Amino acid sequence: MSTATRSLPRAIGAHAILLTYTAIALFPVVLVVMNSFKSRAGIFGAPLTPPTPKTFDLIGYTTVFGQGDFIHYFQNSLVVTVASLFFVLLFGAMAAFALSEYRFRGNTMMGLYLALGIMIPIRLGTVAILQLMVATGLVNSLTALILVYTAQGLPLAIFILSEFMKQVSSDLKNAGRIDGLSEYTIFFRLVLPLVRPSMATVAVFTMIPIWNDLWFPLILAPSEETKTVTLGAQLFLGQFVTNWNAILAALSLAILPVLILYVIFSRQLIRGITSGAVK
Amino acid sequence: MGSLKIENVKKAFGPIEVLKGIDLEVTDGEFVVFVGPSGCGKSTLLRVIAGLEDSTSGRVLIDGTDVSVTPPAKRGIAMVFQTYALYPHLTVKNNMALGLKQAGTPAAEIERRIKIASAMLSLEPYLERRPAELSGGQRQRVAIGRAVVREPKLFLFDEPLSNLDAALRVNTRLEIAQLHRRLKATMIYVTHDQVEAMTLADKIVVLNSGRIEQIGSPMELYNSPANEFVAGFIGSPKMNFIDGARLGETAKTIGVRPEHVTVDATSGAWKGTVVHAEHLGADTNLYLDCEKAGLITVRIFGVYNAEPGATLYATPDAAKTYRFGADGKVLR
Ligand SMILES: Nc1ncnc2c1ncn2[C@@H]1O[C@H](COP(=O)(O)OP(=O)(O)OP(=O)(O)O)[C@@H](O)[C@H]1O
Ligand SMILES: [Mg+2]
Repeated sequence: MSTATRSLPRAIGAHAILLTYTAIALFPVVLVVMNSFKSRAGIFGAPLTPPTPKTFDLIGYTTVFGQGDFIHYFQNSLVVTVASLFFVLLFGAMAAFALSEYRFRGNTMMGLYLALGIMIPIRLGTVAILQLMVATGLVNSLTALILVYTAQGLPLAIFILSEFMKQVSSDLKNAGRIDGLSEYTIFFRLVLPLVRPSMATVAVFTMIPIWNDLWFPLILAPSEETKTVTLGAQLFLGQFVTNWNAILAALSLAILPVLILYVIFSRQLIRGITSGAVK
Repeated sequence: MGSLKIENVKKAFGPIEVLKGIDLEVTDGEFVVFVGPSGCGKSTLLRVIAGLEDSTSGRVLIDGTDVSVTPPAKRGIAMVFQTYALYPHLTVKNNMALGLKQAGTPAAEIERRIKIASAMLSLEPYLERRPAELSGGQRQRVAIGRAVVREPKLFLFDEPLSNLDAALRVNTRLEIAQLHRRLKATMIYVTHDQVEAMTLADKIVVLNSGRIEQIGSPMELYNSPANEFVAGFIGSPKMNFIDGARLGETAKTIGVRPEHVTVDATSGAWKGTVVHAEHLGADTNLYLDCEKAGLITVRIFGVYNAEPGATLYATPDAAKTYRFGADGKVLR
């Protein structure tokens, strides 16, 4: 077995496949970042070559920072993403704990109901959501976006987290109860640290669609005050003239925050703090 | 200080009745062992006593007070789990201290109790370590220490040794026995293991599918089992059960322990062929296929040379033969 899995041709084959996939996946990103540092002529003349001293130009970035309130858009995106993420993780974990830990009437039905959102896209309810936001006066506010994204992220979070919480040793929770810990302490101090890797997984899955979303910012919060980065970048996408330098620069910049968040969460994925609790 | 009384406790999970009316009395300072086959409800009964599970009906009294609505932390109990269940993010010392801190014990008192418990269980070198940095045996000692520092009226152990290897199990068993002698506390101990039950218990409670089959001291259960189930469960190798009709007896089943059968090469009650022999050094287990009695096990002390296929005569000790009626109860 071990010799078979370690044989050289197999290793080369596996690496070749993975490298090819990586190249394909990274190609568009590299293209965007590369071209964002080139002059307009450079972009159209030779889109596939890296910036040379001749074509190198920061015009895209200066436009982005000069025009509109891009820093502000960034802030909006970050506030919306981080706040939604926080609520999704908090409420998702709490609901998952209740569903996995307590036996009550309608437990299974409740679990199914909460998971239903995975199959039904929230955008189907856009009109109703818009009416609701108008009625409550939340249009053009970040709160509206946070509420919608929290609702959007919860089903998957509950579904994934309750599976993981079922695996947390019931002896450990019972030991806490005998030591006089409250159910909240058991949840926050014993269970949450043990499911941290799965929380990180959920965080990554939740964060990226929120950061990239154009639909809800466009409909619920298109005002200058509440624009997010994806919406802000549309500014350069004219009907007749498109400022490619600026768009590419904005997109390159937009990758950074998600990348940072991703690095933070993926470190949690790797860290194994669970060993030693049981067995 | 530390008596327990259980009155007609029943527990059902949905339609499935797991405990079907348990009555039990444990006096102060007793070491009581629950044994029974897997799934018979031992852990469930222990969890009901601890308050981790509500009984469907019946009462649990600790020191004469009904604790049915008292939360686990206020019942004056401590529990040791099969999987250790240590807090992974806390050091050994804090693992032991947590329960006391929650109860508002003064720091000096906590310190004193941890000192005593860790000396008792030789845990001093590990106090600042986390559970992940300990071996299985050390972890289980920490779990026992966490129970000891609470100075409970009642210790509950749920198969505490079953995750340990054989040698460590013997050591830890010894430690638990010493602990009981030193603390003079009431202990309730769940196990599958016969040897643990026989060596530790003052009183053994044999459970079978949610009912108590018999309560008694180890020797009582061994010498005078109330029914076929207890007779078969206590003792190793298992008692031989022979169909009464085959032997021309009125009783439904005749039981005789392997150690109460003698063998002879020339004459005896039951003629049989050796099917298999297990040589354990101190004793020898022979499996005999007898014409009259069917397949029986014989335990001979010391070395006995018998080849498979050889003919032997087995004779049961008439004074140590049990007779069971059709309902499985012993006939006197
Ligand atoms: N939370 C639960 N929901 C439903 N059934 C349960 C639950 N807990 C236990 N049971 C059932 O109750 C029965 C008794 O379980 P229990 O854990 O008390 O057995 P046990 O005697 O401790 O067995 P073992 O020796 O294997 O630990 C089992 O049939 C089990 O399936
Ligand atoms: Mg059990």
